[in-house]
Amino acid sequence: MLLFCLSVEMGSTNSTLSKIPNVEELMQETGFTPAHIVRLYDRFEALDKEKTGHLRPQDFGAINRLAMNPIGDRIIGAFFSPGQETVDFHSFVRILAHFRPADKNRPKDPSMPEPVNNRTSKLKFAFQLYDQDKDGKISRAELLQVLRSMLEMQVTEEQLESIADRTIQEADLDKDDAISFEEFRKSLEKVNIDHKMSIRFLR
Amino acid sequence: MTDLCEGGMEDLWSIAVVLLQVWFSVMIGLIMIPAMFGLSLGVTSVYIQILVKILEWATLRIERGHRERPTLPVPATLPFGLIQREGGSMEQEMGELRRYRTQSISRGEFALSDSFYFYIKGLESIVDDQVTQRFSSEELVSWNLLTRTNHNFHFISLRLTIIWGLGVIIRYCVLFPLRITLAIIGLTWLVIGTTLVGFLPNKRVKNWLSELVHLMCYRICARGLSATIQYHNKENKPQKGGICVANHTSPIDIVILANDGCYAMVGQSHGGLMGVIQRSMVRSCPHVWFERSEMRDRNAVTSRLRAHVAAKTNLPILIFPEGTCINNTSVMMFKKGSFEIGGTIYPVAIKYDPRFGDAFWNSAKYNMVNYLLRMMTSWAIVVNVWYLPPMTRREKEDAAQFANRVKSAIAHQGGLLDMSWDGSLKRAKVKEEFKEQQQKMYSSMVVGKKGMAPDWTVAPVTGDLVARRGKYKTDSFKILPD
Repeated sequence: MLLFCLSVEMGSTNSTLSKIPNVEELMQETGFTPAHIVRLYDRFEALDKEKTGHLRPQDFGAINRLAMNPIGDRIIGAFFSPGQETVDFHSFVRILAHFRPADKNRPKDPSMPEPVNNRTSKLKFAFQLYDQDKDGKISRAELLQVLRSMLEMQVTEEQLESIADRTIQEADLDKDDAISFEEFRKSLEKVNIDHKMSIRFLR
Repeated sequence: MTDLCEGGMEDLWSIAVVLLQVWFSVMIGLIMIPAMFGLSLGVTSVYIQILVKILEWATLRIERGHRERPTLPVPATLPFGLIQREGGSMEQEMGELRRYRTQSISRGEFALSDSFYFYIKGLESIVDDQVTQRFSSEELVSWNLLTRTNHNFHFISLRLTIIWGLGVIIRYCVLFPLRITLAIIGLTWLVIGTTLVGFLPNKRVKNWLSELVHLMCYRICARGLSATIQYHNKENKPQKGGICVANHTSPIDIVILANDGCYAMVGQSHGGLMGVIQRSMVRSCPHVWFERSEMRDRNAVTSRLRAHVAAKTNLPILIFPEGTCINNTSVMMFKKGSFEIGGTIYPVAIKYDPRFGDAFWNSAKYNMVNYLLRMMTSWAIVVNVWYLPPMTRREKEDAAQFANRVKSAIAHQGGLLDMSWDGSLKRAKVKEEFKEQQQKMYSSMVVGKKGMAPDWTVAPVTGDLVARRGKYKTDSFKILPD
């Protein structure tokens, strides 16, 4: 009886946390607070309509706002490693952890490994959006594909090609007709990545 | 030795008996009898006032605590949702992203950073979207001294913790036993009373008695939850032969509404204790209980309800068109089935005050027993009920449009969000149109189209796509020649 009252009083946060295996490790690794993990878990369960414990691309596709996003498919693809057809909760959280805002209070300790949500990780994700074949370079064809997704029927093929040419011209420093990760990073060094590519939980 | 023990035991026993007698007389005298006749001793309102004072003090204390220790996460005034969304339009956001470009082609053209805008919007929608928000409990800005609502409030001060501890003791050792006893008495009386009334042959006396019995029981149950209900616009109360529709937050809605009038309940017939209650209720006046198999046949359901409504002497039916419990911050899509029956609709808006207890039943997380326990160990249930003027279907209106009209009226009165995000967006075609809109907007920034007026922008708080009013002037961006 006492235990039951205790569970009623404490509500569901603690019971949800206890449902997740290795949750301490997950929090350490990702830097999410218990409240964030619980929210993400609830979200994961809401998306996992058939309660399989995994999400498939179709589950993401059910999100209306995402389906309307011109590069929605690519974003979904970021959650699935090559060859994998499902993503479990831990991977889901790990990927989202990359987009946490940087911890301003974290002491800069060179001996500690860089946290997952640092600037380079965020840029890497953005890079992989373009570099679908993961060869470390954004080729002209890959750039064209992204442009096509974002612009579809609104511009002509010539305009697309012209834009792609110009972009590569600007960013490609070693003149190999492709944009490597370093060139990508250099090209965007003035962008406030932490501000623009972060998801801020309200609490 | 044993004599002493036995003597001691007898003393304890007699003390216990006396206590029990006192307990019962207090209950019956001070709570039940006034409840049965709809009177109030004013104890509850005093209790609520004291509670409000304490909660206000607690809020101030927490705010002070946050100011003194700024490393603690400060809860912002919460709009809906889990994440902070940038409020700008696509042009604004992209413009900011592109600000780093100092070259002359900074206006227009494409920037590698453009995709970030879409990327982050996409991720935001993966983490949180409007529809699922409605199915989790509303979060309070300030803590209401219930452990279960304490998400991010760490230890602030000793005094606060002591008050919280006292609260736990009062809620579990004083309020909870009281409420459980009342609830049991209320339900038992409902079963016995309705069965007794069922034996009466005479129509008018039977109806009058049945209404009395129902009212008494619901009033006792309401006291069993420490519910304070404020009814507004009582002149619009649902009449016989009508249909009452309301927004649904929890099973307690029924108790709340039935405290002020008699309704014919609609629902599935259960087994067990619920079944006993249902069967006895039907003996005294007609309710509409469906077998599970019948529920699937929509026509059968509609015709039975229609028959009930047609008999003008039957009590108004109580229906919750949302079909499921929503978290009382908005009204979701009304299922049109209830609006095809015909007859007069009496809309009712129910709004719970979240400071005193979270009334929302998240059926995925908690089962009924757990939920009732939570209700009975909350501070109180404070609720506002508005009766809206009756509505009927207009000539050219179909059921779905009528349903939306009623929904808007209820949302407006109750101060709830009218969610227009409905199932029609499931159609792929609509999604394609929205995608095209986004692409159009984006292309005007890259390639530039003269006179192109993007009609959509992203709403600041909800992240929704909303129609923008007024034309927007665009510079025409040109592709620089080689």
